[in-house]
Amino acid sequence: MSRYAGNADAIKALVREAEVHRDVFVDEELFRLEMEHLFANTWVYVGHDSQVPNVGDFYTTTIGVQPVLMVRHTDGEVKVLYNRCPHKGVKVAAEPCGNTGKVFRCPYHAWRFRTDGSLLSLPQQKGYDETGFDQSPASRGMTPVRHMHNYRGFVFAKMNDAGPGFEEFFGDSLSSFDNMIDRSPVGKLEVAGGVLRYMHNCNWKMLVDNQTDTCHPMVAHESSAGTTKNIWSTVPEGTAKPMAVEIFLPFMSAYEDFDKMGIRIWKNGHGHTGVHHSIHSDYSQIPGYFDQMTAAYGEERARKILGEARHNTVYFPNIMIKGPIQLLRLFKPISANKTLVESWTFRLVGAPDLLLERTLMYNRLINAPTSVVGHDDLEMYERAQEGLHSDGNHWVNMQRLYDPAELTQENVTTLGTNEWVMRNTYRAWAQFMTCDM
Amino acid sequence: MYHDPKLAAALPTDQELIDFVLREARMLDQQRYEEWLSLYAEDGYYWMPLEWGQTDPKLVCSLMYEDKLLLRVRVERLKGERTFSQKPRSRSHHVLQMPHVESRDDAARTYVTWTSMHYVETRYDEQTLYAAWATHHLTVEDGKLRIKLKRVDLVNCDAAFGNIQLFM
Ligand code: FES
Ligand SMILES: [Fe+2]
Repeated sequence: MSRYAGNADAIKALVREAEVHRDVFVDEELFRLEMEHLFANTWVYVGHDSQVPNVGDFYTTTIGVQPVLMVRHTDGEVKVLYNRCPHKGVKVAAEPCGNTGKVFRCPYHAWRFRTDGSLLSLPQQKGYDETGFDQSPASRGMTPVRHMHNYRGFVFAKMNDAGPGFEEFFGDSLSSFDNMIDRSPVGKLEVAGGVLRYMHNCNWKMLVDNQTDTCHPMVAHESSAGTTKNIWSTVPEGTAKPMAVEIFLPFMSAYEDFDKMGIRIWKNGHGHTGVHHSIHSDYSQIPGYFDQMTAAYGEERARKILGEARHNTVYFPNIMIKGPIQLLRLFKPISANKTLVESWTFRLVGAPDLLLERTLMYNRLINAPTSVVGHDDLEMYERAQEGLHSDGNHWVNMQRLYDPAELTQENVTTLGTNEWVMRNTYRAWAQFMTCDM
Repeated sequence: MYHDPKLAAALPTDQELIDFVLREARMLDQQRYEEWLSLYAEDGYYWMPLEWGQTDPKLVCSLMYEDKLLLRVRVERLKGERTFSQKPRSRSHHVLQMPHVESRDDAARTYVTWTSMHYVETRYDEQTLYAAWATHHLTVEDGKLRIKLKRVDLVNCDAAFGNIQLFM
């Protein structure tokens, strides 16, 4: 029985002003519709162009649940193609990344494609003469994703014509990308250190939601950050604070601290925590780094770039970035109750290695399948995924500091424990689920 | 080389190295975590690489690269009243092949063993099997064997995992 397909009103009714219906998280039909509409109507992150530095380099991934690949074409531009042979549908590239030279060659029957996807040749071509093959979609080769945009190295794609253009979709929120990139003295990032892949038995939006949830760290992470705090309080005074302790302790900040940090809300579901300062503000200086930044930008601008300590910026639909840590998390939907979380890290080109070392330490302490903070969070997501099957109450509440006036506002900053960014996410969800229905 | 019989007696035999590795796994499976932690030298590390054949623990990400302070956080956390991911608790089970003594340098008091193993971690209805190799870098402190580095290489180190909450 189909309850939601083609029924925009039923979908919109799932998002109330400050509540969201549980079907949004548990219903498999809605998940299929998300893949068909939401992930097609929005600009979805594909990868970073430093993953494909040379002609013929490719990287395979997914948009929603559809296999795609990003490749450096012979003309030097990055292309995003559906990773599907036009012949029998075989994934042309199966490794996470590699170099294919000037052509992709399908391993099943050796059809060959240029790196923009166009068909170059196939064996025994004569057999297709006068068959009308040139009228077939197969003759056009591997299909490019309709829209793509490379923003300062970050590659996004949009599969449908519906939905806004890149600039309109992201608007002022791109300032968080700018800040992360500007932290390199040469304004350049490189994917570095390897990717952490963590399987979650929960809906992908629980992760999105959590990124701006400032009322959970002191509770859910008491077991990890709180334990660290207790142990640290017993070491002799004057002991130098290790990097790991610097990373863990701010998770125990009080509600008032998070309130003061602030949040900012942009249109189309984007937003961030840590407007005025954040849990990343008080890390130790990295020797030599500020001098490099001053030399590159001048002191005033260097201070401005480094003074911005945005905590988590959520880009709708499914990524989060941490500028001060140079980290990007990608929440890859697999089914209504399964999500692959990939945590990617970047080197600030031209900056000291110690920054990358800290980035990688942060990633393994917080985002690894072996991370105690990760365990704390995943336990909550999985309990929610199970709990939401209860018929006792069909609604998920996100009412904290709700004010009806917000419905007409965007580009606003407010108290950090406001659940506005979450409400903003689900309003965007309803909008992009239905804008092409 | 050591003519002083007292000194020679303080040096571990190969069998003692092997027994140490077996005993370490047994402590983990019996959840004697405090005792397990005391097997580590003060500057000891537990390392679980993310990459096949990884050599750099700092500029390449790892699943774990933890000093004794961080290991202590884990051990304390496992006991915590508000450690919700341990309600219910996880349990572990090691099956080790006979450890090999890879190298021994009595003068420097450094010993390396290599052990192939299957490791099972369970939590309530869930049971997950991992296959790995453990490399122990051991030393002698105050006449006792201590771990300088325990390195655990998972066969599928680059796979997407769910929670791994205990120690392999
Ligand atoms: S499936 Fe690709 S060439 Fe036949
Ligand atoms: Fe969290």
